[in-house]
Amino acid sequence: MIKIEKLHKSYPIGKDSLHVLKGIDLHIKEGEFVSIMGSSGSGKSTLLNIVGLLDLHDEGTYYLNGQLIKDMNEKKAALLRNKFLGFVFQSFNLISYKTALENVALPLYYKGMSRKERLEVALDYLEKVGLKDWANHLPNELSGGQKQRVAIARALVTKPKVVLADEPTGALDSTTTDSVMDLLKDINDEGMTVFVITHEEEVADQTKRIVRLKDGLIISDELTKASKAV
Amino acid sequence: MRFLFEKDTWQEIYGSIRKNKTRTAITIFGAFWGILLLVGLLGAAKGIENSFNSMFGDFATNSVFMSGSRTSMPFKGFQEGRQINLTTRDVDKIRTEIKGIQFVVPRNATGGQVTHDFKTGNFTVFGDFPLLDKVQKKKLIDGRFINQKDIDENRKICVISDGIYKELYDKGEEAVGTYLKISNISYQVVGVYKSGRFEGKNNIHIPFSTFRVVYNQGDKFMWMVVTGKKEFDIVQVEADVKLLLKNIHKIHPDDNRAFRGFNLGKEIAKVTGFLTGMQFLTWFVGIATLIAGVFAIGNILLITVKERTKEIGIRRALGATPNKVRQQIVLESLFLTLLAGSLGIIAGGLILMLIDSQDLLTNPTVNIPIVLIAYSVLVILGTLIGFIPAYMATIVKPIDALREE
Repeated sequence: MIKIEKLHKSYPIGKDSLHVLKGIDLHIKEGEFVSIMGSSGSGKSTLLNIVGLLDLHDEGTYYLNGQLIKDMNEKKAALLRNKFLGFVFQSFNLISYKTALENVALPLYYKGMSRKERLEVALDYLEKVGLKDWANHLPNELSGGQKQRVAIARALVTKPKVVLADEPTGALDSTTTDSVMDLLKDINDEGMTVFVITHEEEVADQTKRIVRLKDGLIISDELTKASKAV
Repeated sequence: MRFLFEKDTWQEIYGSIRKNKTRTAITIFGAFWGILLLVGLLGAAKGIENSFNSMFGDFATNSVFMSGSRTSMPFKGFQEGRQINLTTRDVDKIRTEIKGIQFVVPRNATGGQVTHDFKTGNFTVFGDFPLLDKVQKKKLIDGRFINQKDIDENRKICVISDGIYKELYDKGEEAVGTYLKISNISYQVVGVYKSGRFEGKNNIHIPFSTFRVVYNQGDKFMWMVVTGKKEFDIVQVEADVKLLLKNIHKIHPDDNRAFRGFNLGKEIAKVTGFLTGMQFLTWFVGIATLIAGVFAIGNILLITVKERTKEIGIRRALGATPNKVRQQIVLESLFLTLLAGSLGIIAGGLILMLIDSQDLLTNPTVNIPIVLIAYSVLVILGTLIGFIPAYMATIVKPIDALREE
């Protein structure tokens, strides 16, 4: 599903450049539940941005769903994001003046689905995350956990190949963290590839594979107990 | 361009505008105000022009009023300070010798006590020719104006203004056919007219010839109205007439005090010039405000785009292509200008209706084509200005936009 070879990325800072990713090799198969761990500055967010087509890599190759990602322009990237990827962010990133339902339906708008149809689909997904009754509430009327569940519903609504979650539990307390993680596990059980970035061990432990990054390199890549239990 | 007709596009824009009411209101205020001002000012300018035209509508506008006065220079043995009187012979000379003359209407006037039954009043009595009707239109309510036969036969008839009718007659009483006493001489009333804005309310007109006999005027008269033909410059006509009269009355050519004159044509030209200037100013102010309004829309959209960087980043992460984002912002700008323009035109129209209903000005109106042109200019500029924030919205990478807190 995701195949990365010898990936390099550096950011220019003035005259110098900061080498963030120094040759990453990573292969994630369909249906995996992977977490990327690392302290801040280890390059995990950069990796997610590149995987999520929000940023471009300098060197190396990246295949998404068998397609070589090269010479991306904004338009192509946007279409691929819409088609293959679902995003869950630490700060939820819901649009504040849209209701939960409209937020979930937004990716379908960019897919070109009719309003009636996309609201129906969006409602199905809200039901799936247990927020059907909150469909017409604005984000600021929802709790953090609820917001993140709306965001997850929004990530899922286009039936993406991969769900990318950047610190999805970073802004949540432990109870809601568990409920969000349970939700991600359920999604994974249905066969979706889930790619989580976190620095919390408890969160990483609930995934099936942990990749640890340090200073732009992978230092370990192992399966967890959770995966062995299945 | 198909997206323009898709319900979804507009629903998305409507949603983003409706849920940010304050922002929307502030954004459109400038353009709203601009078009309101343009419509209001143009209408008011037109109203002033109309009021002015209706005031002078009864007068032949290319005319000059002239009367004799005292000379201020000695000439050909005459001393200065000599009284100059216009005579009917002068009138014939002017008619035959000056180019571009349409009418020359001599007039006389005096005060007199007028009595009808037991009612009495002091009014101005004019000695007039039928021609007066040509240079100072008399709107007759009843009866007729003085005619040539009245002049020929020195008839003792009179035409009165509605003001006099009100003072001397009971309401509903028939005036035509009754008799009035002016300075103890009886005249039969033959007509009642509605007085215009620029003449006295209480005027009586009797035949010029009758006036001459009754008040013993001989050939002399007090003043005359000279009207030029349309294609002639009234200022030139006035100068020609004065020169001729100076010749006849042996007045120094440079003596400017011998005749008094009021050149209505010249004064009207001044006011017309003022009106034109005002209309120009109106256009200038209106269009400048309109442009400022459009820039305000662009400006505020630009600020909003900054404020909405994150929202735009989210939309792009969710699959909005840069084109979609640009499209939305340009269309928002278009929609806002449409809204501002429509509200402005409606509000401007209401203001003009209010002015009209209060009778402050006569028919303050704006031509529909002008409104439509202003509206299209506004909408076109609004759309164009929308491209700036639209460009700014997509220049930021989605990743940076998302990072923004």
